[in-house]
Amino acid sequence: MPESSLEVDNLHLWRGEQHVLRGVGFALGAGQCLKVTGANGAGKTSLLRTLAGLMYPEEGEVRWGGRNVRRDLRAFQGALAYLGHEPPLKADLTARENLHYWIGSRRRLSAATLTQSLARVGAEAFAERMVRTLSAGQRRRVALAGLALCLVPLWLLDEPATNLDADGQTLVGSLIAEQLARGGLAVAAVHHELPAAVGAVQRLELTA
Amino acid sequence: MRFTWFHRLGSPPYVYGLARRLTPWFAWPAAGLILYGLWGGLVTAPPDYQQGDGFRIIYVHAPSAWMSLMVYTTLALAAAVGLIWRIKVAHAAAASCAAIGASFTVAALVTGSLWGRPMWGTYWQWDPRLTSELVLFFLYLGYMGLRAGIEDTQRADRASALLAVVGVVNVPIIHYSVTWWNSLHQAPSVMALQKPTLAVAMLVPLLVMLLGFTLFFAAVFLVRLRAEILVRERASSWIAEVVEP
Amino acid sequence: MSVRLVQPAVAVPALNEYAAAGAPVGALEAAALALRRDLKLAFRKPAQLVQPLAFFALVTMLFPLAISPELAQLRQVAPGALWAAALLASLLAFEFLFRDDALDGTLEQYVLSGQSLTALLFAKTLAHWLLTGVPLACMTPFAALSLGAPTSALPGISAAVVLGSITLSLIGSIGAGITLGIKRSSALLSLLTLPLSLPVLIFGARATQLAIAGGALVAPLELLAALAVLGVTLAPLAAAAAVRISLE
Repeated sequence: MPESSLEVDNLHLWRGEQHVLRGVGFALGAGQCLKVTGANGAGKTSLLRTLAGLMYPEEGEVRWGGRNVRRDLRAFQGALAYLGHEPPLKADLTARENLHYWIGSRRRLSAATLTQSLARVGAEAFAERMVRTLSAGQRRRVALAGLALCLVPLWLLDEPATNLDADGQTLVGSLIAEQLARGGLAVAAVHHELPAAVGAVQRLELTA
Repeated sequence: MRFTWFHRLGSPPYVYGLARRLTPWFAWPAAGLILYGLWGGLVTAPPDYQQGDGFRIIYVHAPSAWMSLMVYTTLALAAAVGLIWRIKVAHAAAASCAAIGASFTVAALVTGSLWGRPMWGTYWQWDPRLTSELVLFFLYLGYMGLRAGIEDTQRADRASALLAVVGVVNVPIIHYSVTWWNSLHQAPSVMALQKPTLAVAMLVPLLVMLLGFTLFFAAVFLVRLRAEILVRERASSWIAEVVEP
Repeated sequence: MSVRLVQPAVAVPALNEYAAAGAPVGALEAAALALRRDLKLAFRKPAQLVQPLAFFALVTMLFPLAISPELAQLRQVAPGALWAAALLASLLAFEFLFRDDALDGTLEQYVLSGQSLTALLFAKTLAHWLLTGVPLACMTPFAALSLGAPTSALPGISAAVVLGSITLSLIGSIGAGITLGIKRSSALLSLLTLPLSLPVLIFGARATQLAIAGGALVAPLELLAALAVLGVTLAPLAAAAAVRISLE
């Protein structure tokens, strides 16, 4: 992917009175992963949301492929996938239907592709169940299936392995590793460590 | 180079200082003009041919009504500037306008009602201008209510700014539809608040009052703006130098 | 004793190549998907659809009880009563336009989808209108009859309510976007939405009045249509801006 590079320059963000991001900067190239750590309230989620373009920094710049993302925010957002704390799933749709409507509005998906991705994350057993009947870990797996279907260069992940068992942690690791292997980038905010499968990561520590 | 003044207007310390210096320049002329206008309207101007002395309330009613609309437009403009260019001072300005504008609206409604008593015999009629004024009052209330309902200042600024812009676009539509509605029901007892035919001696005090009210708004606005900036910037470093304990 | 679930050792082909990705989806198709999703969701919870309609019927019933059982008298207040009831019933429903999606994170995904948020929110508003506005418009003839309107008036009344409900839904979408995330926002939502809805009320009630009296209602219907066109053009933009602000 020719343009895959994420540069962040001197990012400052205030939430109300709090100076949450104080001069955050980093550069990430294709195939690289950034691990963001910090205590609760240090600003990990705020950083991810600012990178995604949901929040507007008071100072600083986010550059994708060398260009300021604010120039064409919609195109930038089309090139990224953001997974927040809560899996973005409608409780009254089945897992499969959720993926169909969620990722289906970004790219055309065949039923076979959906099945494949659900199998990849180990969700084929509960693919036809309503999401409201699924456990937190199961919902997380469905969300990861959606992530895998978003074949986009940039992944922004907020605590991707929450509620997952050891198998699930490995799954997250291998998904990120695949993303990096095909030249994508990943920024992941975690409390502890990323699964070993991810390989070498850059680190960014945010202090409250 | 030419636009430095514009950029400086985005800086809270600069605006704070500017507001402090400008306030007396608006306040004293406002007082003078209002006093002169009141004397002209209440004492010097001749009684109206049709309405006798009752029309004199126009010297408070008309400027109040005019100001209520002008302040709303100013509020919406400041809000739009803040929304598009993300200038904090503009949002502070919009916030400062709101209560003043709402007060003008209440003044217009009350004086309009008082004027109605000798004219129509009742304290309220659904005449188009009073009704539009009442709707404008609700637009102000909505704006202030929205600000109060959102805790995060930045989000409150932006949400209420969008509301103000949507509102200002709707004001002509609402005014037109209310006028249209009123014209359908032309019962003889319903009379719009008629402006008396104005001789020059009557008109001059009215214009003086209008100018006086505008300057009064400017003075009060500047005072409120300073207070607003103080509150918003209380954590900033420049505040400590400016505000003596 | 722990049970270990063994995953079948199926060779799952990796979804790896960008080249193998499906074709990107256009704005219209994405909007159509959003529309279908909302309709599907609504029909899985049909009880919620009935509430605004029940409220409408209830408010309509208040007028004869509060005024008089005389149909001749009710006919006088029918235009106002019908439109007040329709407005209040719609207000009930607007709160839920974006709330659920904001709570479960799907609204955020719409913002981040790379598609035109304006188009997606328009689709949601359209779904909302189909689920609330259209049923209200279908109920209005019955309500009108109960308030003494002659049967000859019913087509005109229905047309007015259909046109008016379009604009009301669009205005409601702006209010819903602005008040997203505010707790206990229903009173505030009403305060914001009602002044903006006054022109619809005025023209709609006038159309209803003319329909009952047997006059030509072209003028107010055209005005209602004009408001609807203005709403369709501008309201989704404002709603998208409002949603972005609320998610910041």
